[in-house]
Amino acid sequence: MNQPTPSGGSRNVQMARSMCWHCQSEVAGEYFCERCVKVQPVSKETDYFTCLGLPRRLTIDPAVLEAKYYERSRAFHPDFYLNKTEAEQAISLDNAATLNTAYRTLRDPVQRAEYLLDLEAGSVKTIRTSPPADLFEEILELQDTLDAYRAGDHSSETGRQLRARLEAERGALERRQAEMEDELQRLFVEWDALQDRGEADGQARMERDRLLRRMRELLSNRTYVKNIVNDLVETIG
Amino acid sequence: MARIVGIDLGTTNSLVAYMDKGVPRVIPGADGRTMVPSVVAMTDHGLLVGDEAKDHLLRNPDRTVYSIKRFMGKGLADVQGELAYFPYTLTEQGGVIRIKLNGKTYSPPQISAMILKELKRRAEAYLEEEITRAVITVPAYFNDSQRQATKDAGLIAGLEVLRIINEPTAASLAYGLQEKTQGTIAVYDFGGGTFDISILKLKQGIFEVLATNGDTHLGGDDIDRRIANLLLDEIRSAHGLDLGPYPDHMQALRLEAERAKIRLSDELKTLLTVELPDGRGRFTRELTRDQLESLVADIIERTLAPCRSALKDAGLAPEQIDEVVLVGGSTRMPLVRRRVQELFGKQPHCHLNPDEVVALGAAVQADILSGGTTDMLLLDVTPLSLGIETMGGVMSCLIPRNTTIPANAKEMFTTYVDGQTGVDIHILQGERELAKDNRSLARFRLKVPPLPAGVPRIEVTFLIDANGILHVTAKDMRTGRQQSIEVKPSYGLSETEVERMIEESFKFAKEDVASRKLIEARLDAGSLLAATEKSLSEGGHLVPDDVRTAVRAALSALASAKEGDDVRTIRTRMAELEQAAKPLSVALMDDSLKRGLEGKKLSDVT
Repeated sequence: MNQPTPSGGSRNVQMARSMCWHCQSEVAGEYFCERCVKVQPVSKETDYFTCLGLPRRLTIDPAVLEAKYYERSRAFHPDFYLNKTEAEQAISLDNAATLNTAYRTLRDPVQRAEYLLDLEAGSVKTIRTSPPADLFEEILELQDTLDAYRAGDHSSETGRQLRARLEAERGALERRQAEMEDELQRLFVEWDALQDRGEADGQARMERDRLLRRMRELLSNRTYVKNIVNDLVETIG
Repeated sequence: MARIVGIDLGTTNSLVAYMDKGVPRVIPGADGRTMVPSVVAMTDHGLLVGDEAKDHLLRNPDRTVYSIKRFMGKGLADVQGELAYFPYTLTEQGGVIRIKLNGKTYSPPQISAMILKELKRRAEAYLEEEITRAVITVPAYFNDSQRQATKDAGLIAGLEVLRIINEPTAASLAYGLQEKTQGTIAVYDFGGGTFDISILKLKQGIFEVLATNGDTHLGGDDIDRRIANLLLDEIRSAHGLDLGPYPDHMQALRLEAERAKIRLSDELKTLLTVELPDGRGRFTRELTRDQLESLVADIIERTLAPCRSALKDAGLAPEQIDEVVLVGGSTRMPLVRRRVQELFGKQPHCHLNPDEVVALGAAVQADILSGGTTDMLLLDVTPLSLGIETMGGVMSCLIPRNTTIPANAKEMFTTYVDGQTGVDIHILQGERELAKDNRSLARFRLKVPPLPAGVPRIEVTFLIDANGILHVTAKDMRTGRQQSIEVKPSYGLSETEVERMIEESFKFAKEDVASRKLIEARLDAGSLLAATEKSLSEGGHLVPDDVRTAVRAALSALASAKEGDDVRTIRTRMAELEQAAKPLSVALMDDSLKRGLEGKKLSDVT
C-alpha cells in the first residue's frame, strides 16, 4: 500500500489534519474522506479514546462505549469491504484491529487507567508490582504460611489450621483489592474534574502529577495483591 | 457481483446453502437430500463422493475415506491413538498427514476438496450458474493450521474462500435472522467429530462473541466407537473372534453402531445385528437407551468443562444466559439435552434443523459479504492465545484467547550479539506456560542488518484476520522498510504444494469431465441402439430394402464406435443412425395411426 506523505504545503495545517491517501484532499480527523468517500487509516498517533470518538476521560459509561464501538465496527469491519479495492481492504483490516484493541483496553477500568498513565506519563511496562506499604509484614508472614501449607500434610490438624488461616487471608486480600479498585474509581472522577476545569496553572499541574502518581501506585499494589490472591486460589482451591 | 454460497464442511455430512431473497436455503441434490455424506471413495470406475461413496465403506473400506476433517491441519503424531480405527494407510510428509489410496497419496485438504467440488457441482446444477466463491464453516476451536488447511481445500476445489466462519456463530446468525433475538445466547455445537461452545451477545444486529471454547476431537464418532468397542468385546468373548483383520466387517459394525445410536434417540431400546465373517452366522444384541447413556456418560461430561470455561471467560453465570441453542447431530441424544439443560438451567432451543443450521448461517454470512444483508455484523473471537517462544522455552502471549478479531499485536525485536544477522521466531497457539506444551504454528527467521548488538529494531506485526488466520509482517524501524517474511508452517502445506494441488485438481477435473461425457455418450448410444433394433424388428417390413440396409449399417457403425472412447465419434454415429432410421420411424408412426383408425367410422375421426 502506497501512502503519500504530506507535502511541505500541508505543514501549515493543524497537526490533526492530513490528506486523503486516495484523492489527496484534506481530511480533518474523519474516517472517511469527504470528497471521495474512501476509508482513512486510523493514524498511529490516534489514541484509543479518539479512536472510539470519546474525550480523554477515565469515567466511561459502558453503554456509551459499547454503542460507539458497534457504530465504528459497522464502519470499519472487513466484511463490508469485500467489493472495495485492496488498499481499502487493508485499511479496513488495520482499522478494525486497532478499534478492537481500543475497545478491549477502555472497557476494563484497570487497563484503561494503565493506558492513560502510559499516554500521560510514559510506559507502564516499567511499573514494578509492589506490596502496599502497610501490608508488607502481613504478606511476608502469609508467604511463610503458604510454604508451610504446601509442604505439610493437608489432612493433619496443622494442615487444617493453616488452611483456615489462608482462607481468612484470601478474604481479607480480596476485600483490599476491591477497596483499591474503589479508590481508583474515585481518582477517575478527580482526574476527569481536573481535565474539565482545563486549568494550566502550577497548582493544576501539581494536582495532575499527584493523581497520576497515586494511580500508578494503586495499580502497582493492586497487581501485587491480585497475584497473591491468584496464588492462594490455586493452592487452596 | 457473483453469488457467494455458504458451505458447512462437516466431519460426517456436508451441505451447501444460498440466500434466496433474504431467506437462507439449503441446496438439495437430484435425489432431494440436502446432506452429502463427507465420504470419498476411489473406485475402479473413478472417484465417488457422498451417498454413492458411502456404499463403498463396506465394499472397499481401504479405499474409502471418511471423517477426513479429523486430520485437517494435523501431523501423524496427533492422531496416533486412533490409527487403528481407520482402514487406510496414513503417513506423514512435511508435517502433514497423507493418506495412501490406490498407490497415490493425498493430503487431507485434497480429500476435503473432493467433497467441496461435489457441493460446488450441486450448487451449480441447482442455481444454473458457475460458483467460484464461498464461505466455509469450521469448528470455533479450530487452530490456525486447521483453518488454513480448510482454506487450502477450498482453493484446491476451485473456490475462492472469502471467509472462514465458526460453526456455532454461523448457527447464531441463522437463529438471529429468524428470531430477531436480543440478549446473551449460548450455542452448544456437538457434531460428528468436534465440540464447540460459544457465548454471544446479540444487540441491534451485532453478534458479538464473548467467549468460545471446545474440543476439536470430540464428537458423535467417539460415541459410535464406544458402542463398536462394546460389540467387538462381546463378539470376542462369545465367538472367540477378533474382527480386527476384517476391515469390511469393522466398517459394517461401525455403521450399525451409528444407526443404533440414532435409533435410541427416539426409542428406548434397539436391536443391533452384525454379520460375522467366514459364514459364522450373525451376532445380535439388544441395547437400551439407559445402557447407551451409561456407556457414553463420560463423553457427554467432557463437553461441560469447556462450557464452564467459556462462561467464566465471558464473565457470566449460567443463569445470565437468555437462550441456549443446540447445533449438530449429536445434540439429538436425549442425554445431551438433559445435561445442557441442567447446566444452563433452561430448556434449550432446537427448532431449526440442527444438521442444517450451520450451512444456513454460512449463507447468511455470504450474503453479508456480498452486500445483501447490511444490518447484521458478526464480531467473532480467536479461540486460542497466540504467542511466541521466548528464552527458556516459555510462551510469551501476544494476543490472548477470546480477543475479538481482526486483532493485532506488535513486538519489537533486536539482537544480542554484534553483527547478528537473524532472529529465529517460533509462533505458538495455546494456553499452557511452556512452549512445548502448546501448538507450534510456524517458524520464521527475521533478517537483521549486521550491526552492534541491540541497535537493530525490527517491529513484527502479528495480525489475526477475520478468518482467524495469522499473518506476519516485519518492518525495520531504522529504515522504515517493510520486510517480507517466509513463514514455514509446522502443520500445513507450503504455498507451492497448494499450487501444485490446485493444478492437479484442474487436470483431474478435465479428466473427470471427459470421462463423465464418455460414460453419458455410451449410455445414450446404448439406448438408441436398443430402440432402433426394436423399431427394425417391428417395422422393418414397412420400409424398402435400401432403408433397412442403411439402418443396419448405421447400427453396426454406432455399435463399434460405442466400444471406442471417442465421445465425438459416438455422437456422430448416433446422429447418422437417427438420420438413416428416419424413414423407418415415419413408417412406424403412419402404421400405428392407421391401425388406430381401423374399425372406426369416418365420422368418429373428423
